Amino acid sequence: MNVDLDCQGMVCPLPVIKLAKALPTVAVGETVTVLADDPAAAVDIPAWCRMRSQELVEATGKSYVVRRVS
Amino acid sequence: MSERGYLDAASAEPLHPAAREMLLSAVDSGWADPVRLHHEGRTARLLLDNARAVLADAIGVRPDEVYLTTSGTTAIQAGLSAVRAARERVGRTVVHTAVEHSAVLHSAGDEGLEVGVDIRGRVDQEAFSDAVRRPGVAVAAVQSANHEVGTRQPIAAIAQACGDVPLFVDASASIGHDVVPEGWSVLAASGHKWGGPAGVGLLAVRKGTRIAPAWPMDEREDGLSPGFPDVPNALAAAAALQARLGEAEELNKQHRAWIDEVRRRVPADVPDVEVVGEPDDRLPHILTFSCLYVDGEALVTALDAEGFAVSSGSACTSSTLKPSHVLAAMGVLTHGNVRVSLSRETTYEDVDRFCQVLPGIVQRIRAEVGM
Repeated sequence: MNVDLDCQGMVCPLPVIKLAKALPTVAVGETVTVLADDPAAAVDIPAWCRMRSQELVEATGKSYVVRRVS
Repeated sequence: MSERGYLDAASAEPLHPAAREMLLSAVDSGWADPVRLHHEGRTARLLLDNARAVLADAIGVRPDEVYLTTSGTTAIQAGLSAVRAARERVGRTVVHTAVEHSAVLHSAGDEGLEVGVDIRGRVDQEAFSDAVRRPGVAVAAVQSANHEVGTRQPIAAIAQACGDVPLFVDASASIGHDVVPEGWSVLAASGHKWGGPAGVGLLAVRKGTRIAPAWPMDEREDGLSPGFPDVPNALAAAAALQARLGEAEELNKQHRAWIDEVRRRVPADVPDVEVVGEPDDRLPHILTFSCLYVDGEALVTALDAEGFAVSSGSACTSSTLKPSHVLAAMGVLTHGNVRVSLSRETTYEDVDRFCQVLPGIVQRIRAEVGM
């Protein structure tokens, strides 16, 4: 299962906050796909995954797929 | 809040008292044109030579290797473009790290060849060595230490890797705060970062380095900085650097210890904080950290209201709404970012009170967004 999160038009740190709130709502192994066009998201979403030990499956354009691993 | 804690010395250091004193006397004695042969002109010339000699001594070069420009940025632009123009036959590529000051990135332009850094901001030396050996490289540009996160670059090793390619070192963040690196061909620095006035840049060009200013030249500064020189401000900048270096040992030790304390206390007292940059091999006076889920602009504003001046690399605090290219290149969190940089006037009380008020401010901003 995957949850989509449309964060287009939102600026830092909102997309990361939305992601942090959404990820615990999916089961371990499932994903959240964030759509974010804020340039800071390109750095901050991967950094959040590293800090939180979650898996960034894919980052293409403005789409970021994050898998809950814990 | 009347008590101010100025923690943004890396943007601008307050004018050193020695610079102020020198400036006040030099505006009365050093106003004439130093290239004229009359008494007033010779007096100005003497003062300008004096400033040059002091600056040269401070960075360990000969006076005739020092040029004075109108800012750190113009020193970078003049130095990089003059070296590049002199090597036009070899090529126009400027190899540079991804964390150089924007003045370097702008000068390199489309012909820049960027070399990445690790998560602490240190250049990838293997990639750098490969890049600098490519055909068409005019010059390599590597900063002595980073202006946002304080990480030093291994200039001696970089210089070795450069071989025949001239090495341009932007030392703006470190001069007056750290040892002057060795092995460069051209070095740039900025007076207001060491307690001199704004509007004074320093460009040192080692003898034997070919330069070809690529703009309309005049008789000033061998064409590297056209226009009437600001003798009083040059003297004041020289006085500031001389005085600062006299205090350096004690100040740098103090700053290093205080930054170590902030580095320890912030992540201990504030949850979800990422302190970035080299923990040890760094400038003594700079520390940068990012607070998860915090708006950088709100943080800077709240700290200002508590009496603290800090800067931030967060996108929302920049005019372009893009995050700091330094933090982005390191791959560290860019939002909720704060850079603390200590000046010679910073007290332990400033540092201690900053560490005390920060946790409450971060908690309040997070609470507003339900985190």
